[in-house]
Amino acid sequence: MSKQFSVKKYLRPLPLPFCAGCGAFTVMSEFLRAVHELGYENLDKFVFCSGIGCSSWIPSPYFEADSIHTLHGRSIPVATGIKLMRPDLNVVVFGGDGDIVGIGLSHFIHAARRNMDMLVIMVNNMIYGMTGGQVAPTTPLKAKTTTTPYGSFENPLDSARLAVTAGACYVARWTTAHSTQLKESIKKALNVKGFKFIEAISQCPTAYGRRVGFKDAAQMLKWFKENAVIIEEAEKLNEEELNGKIVIGEFTQRKRPTLIENIYKTIEEAKKEHGEN
Amino acid sequence: MEINFWQGNEACVEAAIIAGCRFFAGYPITPASEIAENMAKKLPKVGGIAIQMEDEIASIGAVVGASWAGAKAMTATSGPGFDLMQETIGWAFMTETPCVIVDVQRLGPSTGQATKCGQGDVMQARWGTHGDYSAIALSPNSVQEMFELTIEAFNLAEKYRTPVILLADEIVAHMREQVKIPPQEKIKIVNRRKPKLGEKAFFGLEEVPPMPSIGEGFHVTVTGSTHNEYGIRFTADPHVHKRLVERINNKIKQHAEELADTENYKIDDCEVGIVAFGCTSRAIYEAVEHAEAKGIRVGYVRLKTIWPFPEKPVKELAQKAETIIVPEMNLGQIFYEVQRVAGCSAKIVALNKIGGGEPITPEEIFEKIKECAKK
Repeated sequence: MSKQFSVKKYLRPLPLPFCAGCGAFTVMSEFLRAVHELGYENLDKFVFCSGIGCSSWIPSPYFEADSIHTLHGRSIPVATGIKLMRPDLNVVVFGGDGDIVGIGLSHFIHAARRNMDMLVIMVNNMIYGMTGGQVAPTTPLKAKTTTTPYGSFENPLDSARLAVTAGACYVARWTTAHSTQLKESIKKALNVKGFKFIEAISQCPTAYGRRVGFKDAAQMLKWFKENAVIIEEAEKLNEEELNGKIVIGEFTQRKRPTLIENIYKTIEEAKKEHGEN
Repeated sequence: MEINFWQGNEACVEAAIIAGCRFFAGYPITPASEIAENMAKKLPKVGGIAIQMEDEIASIGAVVGASWAGAKAMTATSGPGFDLMQETIGWAFMTETPCVIVDVQRLGPSTGQATKCGQGDVMQARWGTHGDYSAIALSPNSVQEMFELTIEAFNLAEKYRTPVILLADEIVAHMREQVKIPPQEKIKIVNRRKPKLGEKAFFGLEEVPPMPSIGEGFHVTVTGSTHNEYGIRFTADPHVHKRLVERINNKIKQHAEELADTENYKIDDCEVGIVAFGCTSRAIYEAVEHAEAKGIRVGYVRLKTIWPFPEKPVKELAQKAETIIVPEMNLGQIFYEVQRVAGCSAKIVALNKIGGGEPITPEEIFEKIKECAKK
């Protein structure tokens, strides 16, 4: 903790794959900064799971740690299998919005419902970036993408509120323009038991920003800053006033029995019964 | 020797636990649900974990995760669920993850006749996932073999670091028979080779590289993208891809003879041959007995290993027999494999039956034998 922070101690010496201005850099460095500030000198107590998409490359293979790069949308079930067998490890899932709440949405809901012990960090860039900028379940209404050339006709999903409803123990949403808050939430989440979800609204200047009128990443960050409303304030606003706003903050923090606690208790009971028979 | 009277699915669970399985994830589906139910009952008692996931995709995903966490892990399903698992089976193959997938075949396509027996997933077990892939699949024909081949499936998965499919069927899975269990010390159990401290090549350099578990300090990077021997992604380099994909296919292909487990009968002295597997193969014994009583010389190869296809005994059978009958509860799948292997050496005759779960009877096979012997 006293030592100076450097991402290098947690990273393999490989060139990073992200485009210039990508928000994944921020999420990656804030995560590592959080880990550093919590006093972890290495990532030995962690295992990282990710799916398919740009942000799934945050941990794999760059983190000097155990990491499993799974299929599109399937990081949460794989992480579930790992955590069930190794409850002692910190299981962290990185994924994009398409990965976590598009193709993988049902796993996301069920993991929250089970209160499966893991931290899911979703980098929400509101687009399918890796495949070239197609509409995502998080794309704002009317936004032009390569598969909605006349503007999106679908409503975006509020993933953070969904996580709260499904049963998560900690839920927060920040943008890459709120990096300190993002880092503090990661630190907090790593010390909470159960299912934890952090949504990082992130800029994709390449596949989204330039198509909806932003000149560069800086302009997108400015957009985040100007339109972000902290949840306590947002609750006082009506739907119309919230139109186009990004609600940020901590959505929930609570204690519920976790799946790991419940399942291991069940095993102990079954073993006892087995011994008695 | 312990003797039990078990249902096929029950025998599978008992065998899995003896083989060392300590993780099960599944989703309810007829006719495989008894496996999930018995796992849920039995696994916690030995400190293992059984969980019902939200679908088959999540089930096999959790199985692969548990395997990397060091567990012997298994899932069980039937046709529709097996469809959903195909992408992850490919991922398990590419990441060289030992695990066992039980497919208790039912009658498709689609929802078909969900409670009835079929043998229509044979080619799916071989080619179900996309890309260059080599499968190991075993086909039990009795409750005893549900037991034995489940243990074998785990052993092969651990030995070759690859997913192994137990291709059962509704009849074998639901029937009840006597099962003889040898004493524990007589049962061969194979465990994956672990790396030594400092080893780094978990995805190459050797035919079957050692496999670390996560959380052991090896910092293993697992990916379904093309990767080098150290697990680092190379998504454009042709050489890295060729090296990886050839090795993971060859580690199975080049051991095809060793993997081939068959029951052979008079393959070097017959005029009519039979190649059969699974529940259908139960009917050949009586049919052959009848034929022999009528003076017809019959030989057969019963496939316990279905993939990689046991070419050698089938080729030998084709050298002697003028005709080979292939009875299957589908419209012809293993038929084409037999035809491929036999070449011009023998005439291959299909005996297909689908619908209602009605098995092919000894009489039907006997009639076919008589027909072929006349020619």
